[in-house]
Amino acid sequence: MTYEIILAGFGGQGILFLGKMIALAGMIDGKEVSWIPSYGPEMRGGTANCSVVVSDRRIGTPVVTHPNVLVAMNRPSLEKFESTIQPGGHLLINKTLIEIPHTRQDIDVTYLEITALAGELGNPRLANIVALGGLIGRVGLVSRDAVIEALKKELSGKKAALLDLNLKALDAGQQAVLLPA
Amino acid sequence: MQKVFERPKSLNDRPFHYCPGCGHGIVHRMIAEAIDELGLQDRTVFISPVGCSVFAYWYFETDNVQAAHGRAPAVGTGIKRANPDSIVISYQGDGDLASSGTAEIIHAAARGENFTVIFINNAIYGMTGGQMAPTTLVGQATSTSPYGRDPKFAGYPIHVSEMLATLKAPRYIERTSLNNVANLTRTKRAIKKALDMQNKGEGFTFVEVLAPCPTNWGLDPNESIDWMESNLIPEYPLGVYRDVKTAEVKS
Amino acid sequence: MKVLMKGNEALSEAAIRAGATLYFGYPITPQNEVGEYMSRRLPTIPGGAYIQAETEVASINMVYGAVSTGRRAMTSSSSPGISLMMEGISYLAGAELPAVVVSIMRGGPGLGNINPEQADYFQATKGGGHGSYRMIVLAPASVQEMTDLTVLAFDLADKYRNPVMVIADGNLGQMMEPVELKDSYPNNYDHSAWALTGAKGRKGHTITSIYLDADEMEDYIHKLYRKYGEIERVETRHEEFLTQDADVVIVAYGIVSRVVRSAVELLRAEGIKAGMVRPITLWPYPKAVLRKLAETATFFLACEMSMGQMVEDVQLSVEGRRPVYFYGRSGGNVPTPAEVVAAVRQRM
Repeated sequence: MTYEIILAGFGGQGILFLGKMIALAGMIDGKEVSWIPSYGPEMRGGTANCSVVVSDRRIGTPVVTHPNVLVAMNRPSLEKFESTIQPGGHLLINKTLIEIPHTRQDIDVTYLEITALAGELGNPRLANIVALGGLIGRVGLVSRDAVIEALKKELSGKKAALLDLNLKALDAGQQAVLLPA
Repeated sequence: MQKVFERPKSLNDRPFHYCPGCGHGIVHRMIAEAIDELGLQDRTVFISPVGCSVFAYWYFETDNVQAAHGRAPAVGTGIKRANPDSIVISYQGDGDLASSGTAEIIHAAARGENFTVIFINNAIYGMTGGQMAPTTLVGQATSTSPYGRDPKFAGYPIHVSEMLATLKAPRYIERTSLNNVANLTRTKRAIKKALDMQNKGEGFTFVEVLAPCPTNWGLDPNESIDWMESNLIPEYPLGVYRDVKTAEVKS
Repeated sequence: MKVLMKGNEALSEAAIRAGATLYFGYPITPQNEVGEYMSRRLPTIPGGAYIQAETEVASINMVYGAVSTGRRAMTSSSSPGISLMMEGISYLAGAELPAVVVSIMRGGPGLGNINPEQADYFQATKGGGHGSYRMIVLAPASVQEMTDLTVLAFDLADKYRNPVMVIADGNLGQMMEPVELKDSYPNNYDHSAWALTGAKGRKGHTITSIYLDADEMEDYIHKLYRKYGEIERVETRHEEFLTQDADVVIVAYGIVSRVVRSAVELLRAEGIKAGMVRPITLWPYPKAVLRKLAETATFFLACEMSMGQMVEDVQLSVEGRRPVYFYGRSGGNVPTPAEVVAAVRQRM
């Protein structure tokens, strides 16, 4: 299986960190992984997005143009990338910030109050980890254990105090997608 | 019989290729004497520039490297950072240092690189055949300012020592001249002082030497000395422009 | 142990572990992570030095000075900055000094943009600087290779006393992949016969590239070219993928080779016998393998993130025996496997 993932949102929503956590967890799971940001002027102010590939096989191009997993953290991201999703692919929509519905009928769509759930935990900047919980709950992608290990690795030293909150955000996202709609 | 004058051991016996009345040979000898007197020969890396002194490495019995036009202070930075124990001398003319290499000299000085720059200012390009230099005087005729340097089109001479003296890092900056015996003595003293400071790790040292270029000035050696005294020195006043210990700079 | 690292940071760490603890550079996107990484690490290493130079011209000349002492040193930049370094690279080649230059290509000409491109192939492989010289050019295709080929670059530089460039597009600099690094990489080269360390107990050494006399200069150039010939014989490197029975040989390097690998798999699934040759050394170029494949393949397709530069080396290698086509994207667009498949089908 090869997951070709695009993560997209505003700068400041932690998109690149989300991507890095997926790649790191994939690596811990023993998969081939790549992570690449859409670097450049568009990362300032406007949208930020990155491509992550998690695969059982050697990875060809790391630049994803037709994802089978898309996380849309804001409306411009949904508008820009929905049409590029592979048939049968997954779409995770941040319902808190996106008031328009999706249009594709040939994909699996999950609506999740990503920003709102993060707000309930006291920090909207946890939205990326809520989304990560949503992804492992709905798509699988990487193992929960690997994600926790990745978070521990990244949130060490001065950032260690943030780990608990991040794990709560992960749970919140994962639980929410498991509940009946 | 007692020997009263001999070749410094940091200089070999190859005859200089410079024109009659040129200042390079004199300054080469002074540098070699200073190296000998301070016992620095086996630690010295001498950097030859691009210009008439491009072959300075023919003469110095030290390690030598030839640098691209204007880049000697960057090359010197690399050598000194790689081997702080070496004594680095960057020898540059006015086209090399004050035109092509302005960025390199200013930033090496601003970083306070612990090496010595000997800057030969004769207000003209030598090797390429007498073209206008950044230090050419207003009204001075050269092969590319045949009607005399006109400030309306070519601006005014650059005063490098004064410019570098505005920086905080340099340890020592002095302008000297080769026009008479007293100034020759001062030049030698300045070069030795600069190398001694480098040896003690005190920082960036810079000696600007006003030098004659009879060939490209179109004058004989005696006329050249007169021209220096009546034109060059008034434009470029001699003296110490900076002599500040690093500790004082820091406070 | 594998760690997840950005290409730019991984190559920097590899350089340090290969003993290159002297770095001189000037900020330019998309390679700033190299300078930033070096500025963090080198001041903590004994004998290490990092300088943010005033220009790329100064950076390369600081490298010139540093390697003159026999130590390993490097610089890095991106397209417009590499243009400024061309003077210094020619001097390094002329003075036979070992140095490593990392080029993380962006869009051009002019200020262009900061997106990934491969349009500096000519600059790297065909001179760029002045005079009769050659530079070894290594083209990694993954973050792991960013490190492996950087280490190799130092070895080749020292072995041949020649500048070596590691060239990658902005993607490879910016992307993260798992990478495995050794604790250290050996440096077995002795430069005491020429290095400028002070003439203690020996005659002075001189490093220069001047040969005034015509015959002397010609002799020197011939000596350089004997060395370049040896490098061509010994150091040409490439990778082949499914070329044995290939009708269609696609040639690509760097990040594009990964796109092409995916395209080859898609083409094979359609029953089209496609294969890929990936030059790892861009100079020396793997001419022989392409010339050999020209005996069996129907046509060649060069695929690049440029308007077609390496394609000329494919043409030279194939010597007119088979058609050589080109597919490329520029401006920062990365070709997709589907585009490459379409480009092949169009020529069938």
